[in-house]
This record gives sequence, structure tokens and C-alpha cells, in this order.
Amino acid sequence: MSEAREQVLGALRRSLRRGDTAGTSATASRLAEHRRNLIPARADLPRAEQVALFETWAVRQAASVVRVSDAAAVPGALAAFLKAENLPAEVRMAPDPELEALPWRDQPMLTVTKGPARDSDAVSLTGALAGIAETGTLLLHSGPAGPTSLNFLPETHVVVLSANRIVASYEDGWDILRARFGEGTLPRTVNYITGPSRTADIEQTIQLGAHGPRRLHIILVGANADAERD
Amino acid sequence: MESSARAFKENARAAVADPQLKRALSHVKEGFIGKRAKAAAKLPEFEVLRDAARDIKNHTLDHLDLYLEHYERKVTETGGQVHWCPTAEDARRAVLEICRAVGARTVTKGKSMIAEEIALNDHLEANGITPVETDLGEYIIQLRGETPSHIIAPAVHLTKDLVEADFRAHHTAFPPERPLSEPRQLVNEAREVLRGKYLAADVGITGANFLVAETGTSVIVTNEGNGDLTQVLPRVHIVVASLEKVVPTLEDVSTILRVLARSATGQECSTYTTFSTGPRRAEDPDGPDQYHVVLLDNGRSSMLGGEFQDMLRCIRCGACMNHCPVYHAIGGHAYGWVYPGPMGAVLTPNLIGIEEAGHLPSASTFCGRCESVCPMRIPLPKMMRHWREREFERHLSPAGARAGLALWAFFAKRPSLYHFVTGMAAPLLAALGRGRFRRLPLAGGWTAHRDMPAPEGRTFRQLWAGRRQGESR
Ligand code: SF4
Repeated sequence: MSEAREQVLGALRRSLRRGDTAGTSATASRLAEHRRNLIPARADLPRAEQVALFETWAVRQAASVVRVSDAAAVPGALAAFLKAENLPAEVRMAPDPELEALPWRDQPMLTVTKGPARDSDAVSLTGALAGIAETGTLLLHSGPAGPTSLNFLPETHVVVLSANRIVASYEDGWDILRARFGEGTLPRTVNYITGPSRTADIEQTIQLGAHGPRRLHIILVGANADAERD
Repeated sequence: MESSARAFKENARAAVADPQLKRALSHVKEGFIGKRAKAAAKLPEFEVLRDAARDIKNHTLDHLDLYLEHYERKVTETGGQVHWCPTAEDARRAVLEICRAVGARTVTKGKSMIAEEIALNDHLEANGITPVETDLGEYIIQLRGETPSHIIAPAVHLTKDLVEADFRAHHTAFPPERPLSEPRQLVNEAREVLRGKYLAADVGITGANFLVAETGTSVIVTNEGNGDLTQVLPRVHIVVASLEKVVPTLEDVSTILRVLARSATGQECSTYTTFSTGPRRAEDPDGPDQYHVVLLDNGRSSMLGGEFQDMLRCIRCGACMNHCPVYHAIGGHAYGWVYPGPMGAVLTPNLIGIEEAGHLPSASTFCGRCESVCPMRIPLPKMMRHWREREFERHLSPAGARAGLALWAFFAKRPSLYHFVTGMAAPLLAALGRGRFRRLPLAGGWTAHRDMPAPEGRTFRQLWAGRRQGESR
């Protein structure tokens, strides 16, 4: 195995015509600084407009978004969504302390279980680390509070996102992750998710609901709906 | 994958004559071109981002050994393993060993062109392991025993009636009278069939759109979610990737991502962009226990530092083939190997040899559209010309090889090649425009002063041959 490694690296160095350490300082500083390249100006906006931009793009990419005034309203909003979509009142929830702290008792008809997704789960509920305004994208990551299977296996994925977690760009997302996990390291899985799954593999016509969720529903918390809608 | 690139002429001729293929390929022209143009227009910074993306890759390629070493260090630190593979055979062996070590019987696969390049499915099957493709397009062509005809839309050569027929023939557990003529119904049925496969697989194999040196991460960019199910549910996740996929930082990936989806499908971004780093952590509730990266060279290291280095910037977006009049006319299979279209015409001879793939760099009208849309600004026509010059030198005796000799003379001395090129050019030119051409590639001297009438679709010799067989048009 290490022979193959030397063979490949040796071939690269011969083609590049240099020894094995030249250039190290250039690459080391680039990696350490991880400087931002040009970022589109689109999301460079005041906070409230960023939230609106996030919502606009998420909806354009076929997600649905509902705004609620505070976290206490989430169980009710979820129950209303399930009812409106004719879905069973059962959700598989991420073992996330923030979700666990919500007033589930207010919704006695709703069955909430916790853990990674099972084949039979129709609806999952997760949090999100951030929302990216630029493209209406959710940022989620694996960890004790976030089983990745919940993002892909159930037909419907509901995400609770605080409006104050909406940032402009992917680059802002990386900074948040670095602050949480340290430099040069990531959790096992980081998902940037934009809308429900889709395919255009048959005659280039887009069909929603390929292998991942058919629906992506975002409950946006704390962006006061009525005040900002108009 | 075995190559039929030598038979390009015959392949192309058959493709042009295939009405079903023509119908299927019309979706390429109608769909991709307009969507890309719209997406590019919606982002004012698009052109500047293309420059930035090109510069990132150029810098990376100039330091490729160093970034790969750093990448490997980070993979190892997070509990994963990198398998260095100089050749396709090494890569096949590495994957098989990993599968055997865990007693795997079925593996699910996300879409991977590298897996096609190393002909992984055949190898696994020959060794008693069942590979299941999970990307819808890949799944369809696996049922048909075909190879992808496009690098991002593997089943683009098929119409929905053909898919329906395949599903009826293979999915025998479903009621025979079920309705299945709509894409919606076909997608749902495939979804149902594949669900069980994800859950039953021992190993999940994906490709990688990028490898990130900073964190030891592999990145997949998909719309269906099949790649994610493939890599989260089984116990083992294997990534097969070629070594030029590495970029330095997460910021660098983000920049290139902004031009990737827009160039490929005209989306603002793909539905799922997933970053995987090592196996599941001790406290994670799900995810694979093992994470392997099978890192393939297969001829790429020798492209570095030479006239084909720029090709290693390619991010496999497919824009060059989506905009290529030759691809529109003949589709992907005619190219005879894994990579079709302009990028294939440059890359394939590098990977399997110009002796095998010598026809491909000639499969061009030199209209320049591929380069004008390539997000990585790869000078594809220039590199096709490099190959043609090399071919030219290879065929002439070294003493007789003179740069000043016209291409014309070269073709004129080779009647079969001449007929092929003109035979291809005539239907292409006919398809490109009725009436008259104000400019023609390679004929600037002629069209500077006059318009050339667009050919009717066949050369005189073909018409003559057809007439003699009693065939008329
Ligand atoms: S050569 Fe350019 S346009 Fe073609 S697939 Fe590669 S990056 Fe895309």
C-alpha cells in the first residue's frame, strides 16, 4: 500500500518537476488562512431582508415555509402541517435538546418518538445549525443530536430553524462550524439541503421526491410573521 | 470499462441514423442550454466566479502532491483510510478487499464516473458481490446492461417508453396492468424498489465531486438523495475518487460549487451537497463504522505539467457536451468509452491512449461553444487540436512532419478518414443551420469573403451510394 503511495506521489512530483518539500509554505498558509474568495453580493443585506431572501429561495426550490413567532408555537405548527397534508400524526424526532424542550404536551394527539430514522417513519423532525440566505439552503450536521438518516429516509422532513440562525453565505456556515468543532475538522456528515429531493433522469422533466424526502417543510421561528410579511 | 472508441466512425454513423436516439437527445438541446443561460444571467458575479474557480484549481494542481498528503493526513486523523491506486486494477482490487473483509454480499452505489472508469460493477459481480446502482438514471441503465451516455444524465439517450418497458420486464412483483407511462409513475416505482436495497446493503459506494485537503472531507453533490442514503445506512462507506478532485479549503469548494450546478443543470444549487469526514463518531446515532477513500491516478499524474494539465481542472458538470453539436447528433455511447463529448475527446486519449481513441479529437466542428461555457475555462478546442497534431506527427514519418503542412493534406491522403470527417460534418452542418453559413470553423479564409451553402445533410458520395442502392431521400 505504501509502495503505491510513493509511486503516485513520485509520479506527481516528477511531472511537477520538483522535490518533495518545495512549496510547502504556500500550501500550509493557504490551508491555515482558508481565505474567502469572491462571495456574490446577493445576500449581503440587513438581517430582516436576509430572512426574506432565505424564504424566497427556499420556496423557489420547492420547500414550504411557515413562520411562527416563538418556539412554543412549533408543536402546534407541526400538527397543523401534518393535518393539512393528510399525514399521520406521528413524527420521528432528532434527540436534540432544543426540540425536546418544546411544549409537546400541548399536542396530545401527536406521537413523538426519538432516534435515527427507521424504514417505517413517514415524517422526521430535526433542527438546523443555520440557514443560508443566498440559496435558501439549510445547514445540518451529524452528532448525538442529529442522526443523518432523519434527513433522507422519511418521505417528509420538517426542520425547525430560528430566524436568528440565518446567515448570508456558505462561508458563514463554515465559520459557524469551525467555531463549534475547531479548525480543520468537521463532524462525520455536514448536509447543505435545498428543497426536497428531485430527479430529471427521465426525459429531463423534473420530478420531486426521488429517493430522499418528497416534502421539505421549514418552521421558521422568531421572524415575526405578520410584521414582516408586508 | 472496455473501449469501443476505435469504432467511433461506425458508432457515430449508427447513432445519427437512430430515430429513437434523436428523439431522446432533443431533450439535451432543449433542456440544458436554456437553463444554464438563465442561471448564469441571474448571478451577476458568474463570470468572475469562473475565473476564481479556474485559479483555485490551477493553484491546487501546481501543488497537487502536497495537498494530497495533507488530505490523507486529515482522513487518517478522523479514523478513515486512503488507498492509493496507481491503476484501475489497483482500485478494483482495493474495493474488493474492503468488501470481502466485511463479508459484503450487496453494495449500493451512488453515481460515480470513476467507478465506471475502473469497471467496478463487472469486477464485483465476477467476485460474487451484487452492486446496485441507486441514482435513477444509473439504475435504469444497469437494468439495460448499458453504460452511461452522459456524465450527469446517464440515461439521457432513453425515452420514457423504453424505461417503461424495462421496468415492466424487471419489476415482476408489481401488477402487470399498473399505469406506468408517466415519468412520475416511473420515479415512484424505482423509489419503492430501491428503498429495500439501501437498507439491506453491507457497503455503500459513492464517488466524490471534491476532496477537501483542509479537513480530509469528501463531497457529493446530488439531487435525488440516493448518494446520501447509500453512505449513511450501510456499515461501510467507500469513496472512489480520482486524485485531481482535491481542493485546498472549504471556502474553495464553496466557490466552485457556485459555478457547478448552474453550469450543469441550471440550478442555483443542487438539492444536496454533502460533506463526509471519516466514519461515525463514538457518540453518533447513525452513519458507517468504516470510511475508505480509494484514490485513483490511472494516468492523471502524467497529464500534470504538460499540455493537457488544464483538463485536470474539469469538475464533470457536463456543460461542454450539453452545448456540443456533435454530441447533440450522436449522443454519448458513440464515443466508445466512459467520457463523451468535448471533455471526453480530450481526456479519453490521455487515459486509454491515442492509439485507441485517436478518432475522438476529430469529432469536433471547432465551433468553440464548449470552451465558452466551461465553468473552469478549459481550452477544450485547443487541446483537441494538440491531439490532432500529435496524431498527425505519429502518422507521418518524423522527417516529413512539418507544422506548415495543411490539415487538409493530411485528410486528403487518407480517404477513409476524409470520408468520415466530411460524412460527419455534413449532417452536422445541416443540423446547425439551414441556408448559408457566414463563418465556418477551419475555413475562415473561405468564409471571410463568401457564404458557404449549408449542405443538405449528406455528402455527394453518400448520396451517390444511396442512389445506387435504390434509396432516395
Ligand atoms: S470540461 Fe468543462 S464544461 Fe466539460 S464537464 Fe469539464 S468542467 Fe464541465
